[in-house]
Amino acid sequence: MWKTIIRRVLVMIPQLFVLSLLIFIMAKFMPGDPFTGLITPETDPARIEELRIKAGFYDPWYVQYVNWIGNAFQGDFGRSYTFNVPVSNLIGDRALNTLWLALLSTFLLYLIAIPLGVLAGRFQDSFLDKSIVFYSFIVYAIPTFVLGLINLFFFGYELGWFPTSGTVDIKYDSGTAGYLWSKFYHILLPAITYALLATTGVIQYLRTEVIDSKSMDYVRTAKSKGIPINKVYSRHIFRNSLLPIAAFLGFTITGLLGGSIFIETIFGYPGMGQLFIQSVNGRDYSVITALVMLFGFLTLLGSLLSDIIMSIVDPRIRID
Amino acid sequence: MNNLDQLLTIKDLHTGFRIKDTYYDAVDGVSLSLRKNEILAVVGESGCGKSTLATSIIGLYDRNKTRVKGEILYKGQNLALLEEDKLNHVRGEEIGMIFQDPLSALNPLMRIGEQIEEGLIYHTKMTKEERKNRVLELLKQVGIPNPERIARQFPHQLSGGMRQRVIIAIAISCKPNIIIADEPTTALDVTIQAQILDLLKELQNETGAGILLITHDLGVVAETADRVAIMYAGQIIEEAPVEKLFANPRHPYTRSLLNSIPQINSENEKLQVIQGMVPSLVKLPRVGCRFADRIPWIPADVHEENPTLHEVSPGHLVRCTCWQHFHFESEKGGNLL
Repeated sequence: MWKTIIRRVLVMIPQLFVLSLLIFIMAKFMPGDPFTGLITPETDPARIEELRIKAGFYDPWYVQYVNWIGNAFQGDFGRSYTFNVPVSNLIGDRALNTLWLALLSTFLLYLIAIPLGVLAGRFQDSFLDKSIVFYSFIVYAIPTFVLGLINLFFFGYELGWFPTSGTVDIKYDSGTAGYLWSKFYHILLPAITYALLATTGVIQYLRTEVIDSKSMDYVRTAKSKGIPINKVYSRHIFRNSLLPIAAFLGFTITGLLGGSIFIETIFGYPGMGQLFIQSVNGRDYSVITALVMLFGFLTLLGSLLSDIIMSIVDPRIRID
Repeated sequence: MNNLDQLLTIKDLHTGFRIKDTYYDAVDGVSLSLRKNEILAVVGESGCGKSTLATSIIGLYDRNKTRVKGEILYKGQNLALLEEDKLNHVRGEEIGMIFQDPLSALNPLMRIGEQIEEGLIYHTKMTKEERKNRVLELLKQVGIPNPERIARQFPHQLSGGMRQRVIIAIAISCKPNIIIADEPTTALDVTIQAQILDLLKELQNETGAGILLITHDLGVVAETADRVAIMYAGQIIEEAPVEKLFANPRHPYTRSLLNSIPQINSENEKLQVIQGMVPSLVKLPRVGCRFADRIPWIPADVHEENPTLHEVSPGHLVRCTCWQHFHFESEKGGNLL
């Protein structure tokens, strides 16, 4: 199995190289330069030109690329044009916020979707199955921002059960139990909203898989052994049906790490999605470049994670 | 043959599948008995109901879409009426089943050892250690070299023949009295087929189990079976000890089947086939001789109106009277009697 993982990691290197090259070239096509934001009517054009030369603006593109990628490797993506702080600092805080939200969302998603999908598949065509399918289609039809706003309005404002924005209550000191609880409390409603919306895919997938597995030959073999039907489900049908879900797990997690623009904007949660929208609106190129590079990396990481998970759960994929 | 020897007695079994609110019997009034130490072969074309017969015995059918009538008597109880949890004590424990396709009959995510062990967990009081030893013993018994290593492997790491041996090990793990083998060699190549058949016979000699062998391969029948039942369109149309059947086939269908086996030194290069097709479940005519449509050159009045099984010699049963007037289309007609 280690062989499989190492092989996959090695494959990632050329992928990352091509990705970074593409991002760099696209960034070069964008108008403006790091000094555009500093220009005022009083600025001497000669001074700007001098700064440009000093910053390497007229170096050949490959020299610039090597400088950029070299710095990026050390976590230096330059400074944000609008916030005037290092991009890495800017992303760092947001990334942590998004990470917690992503983990809780994923956890809740599978907590809700797996039992529903398995039950619907097992009791196919029953009232329970029909209700679950009905629920999943209703949820599928609701746009994110609608459910987000409804939840925010009812549970946040009307009932006051949940905080309506931010990541933590300012009255707590960092590191205390109350602080951690407050953080958790703030991500709960956005996480539930996300999880509910994402359940449809998992439920439908799992339901179909369970129904397919039921008619598999190995399930008939299991039944012919005379083991209780519940065991046939837990040991044979359930495990095998989870394979495609496991395959998506990596993508789901890293996809969430990119941040959900709708969820974060509606719940006023400062995460990666919000940062991305802000930087695009503010033409904050250094942040955009860094974020696109990061999202691309996360996508690759997601497929790596999925492959690793698959090689753990499916013995047929391992390279011996 | 005394009754004590009878392991399994099937009486007038009807197994019907629901198609648009109507049940159509795929097994249509089959009566059979299986004795100790016997290999009974059930032979027929695809779609004649032989696999349905096999799955009916241990209730491996979709209960929502299947209707089973008749008696399947085993140890004084009617398996057709047994509840699921009681049936679980018959499955695996009393009746083991071997399936057709060893490629798909094993769970791809489970180690071989675990899959063999499963039945032992529910049907025996063995400890974990005893079960482990029993698994190794079973693997050795079905002729798998290096059982310790194979027990830890996954199905995809084994060849087709090895997998079929594992399936057999699963079927015999709890020392069942009856083994139902549903086309156990169909998916295997010829050399492996012979090995698997030898293994089945060997195991039967050791355990004294009765084997119900479902097959469409008359070569397999000649090699292994003691008694043969030929099925056509859900019914048994001829039943006889194996020597009698091959020496003296009676029913037109049996004769056509035997006639269609290619002969290696035959001068006639054209393959003999039986005209027409097995009628589909829905279109099957339920009156008269069901084979009549496929031998149209035989006059209609020689068939019985309601064909029944007639004993033509001890232990040799034939359905309908048309066999007395049957000749192949290429031959000249004549009365056999």
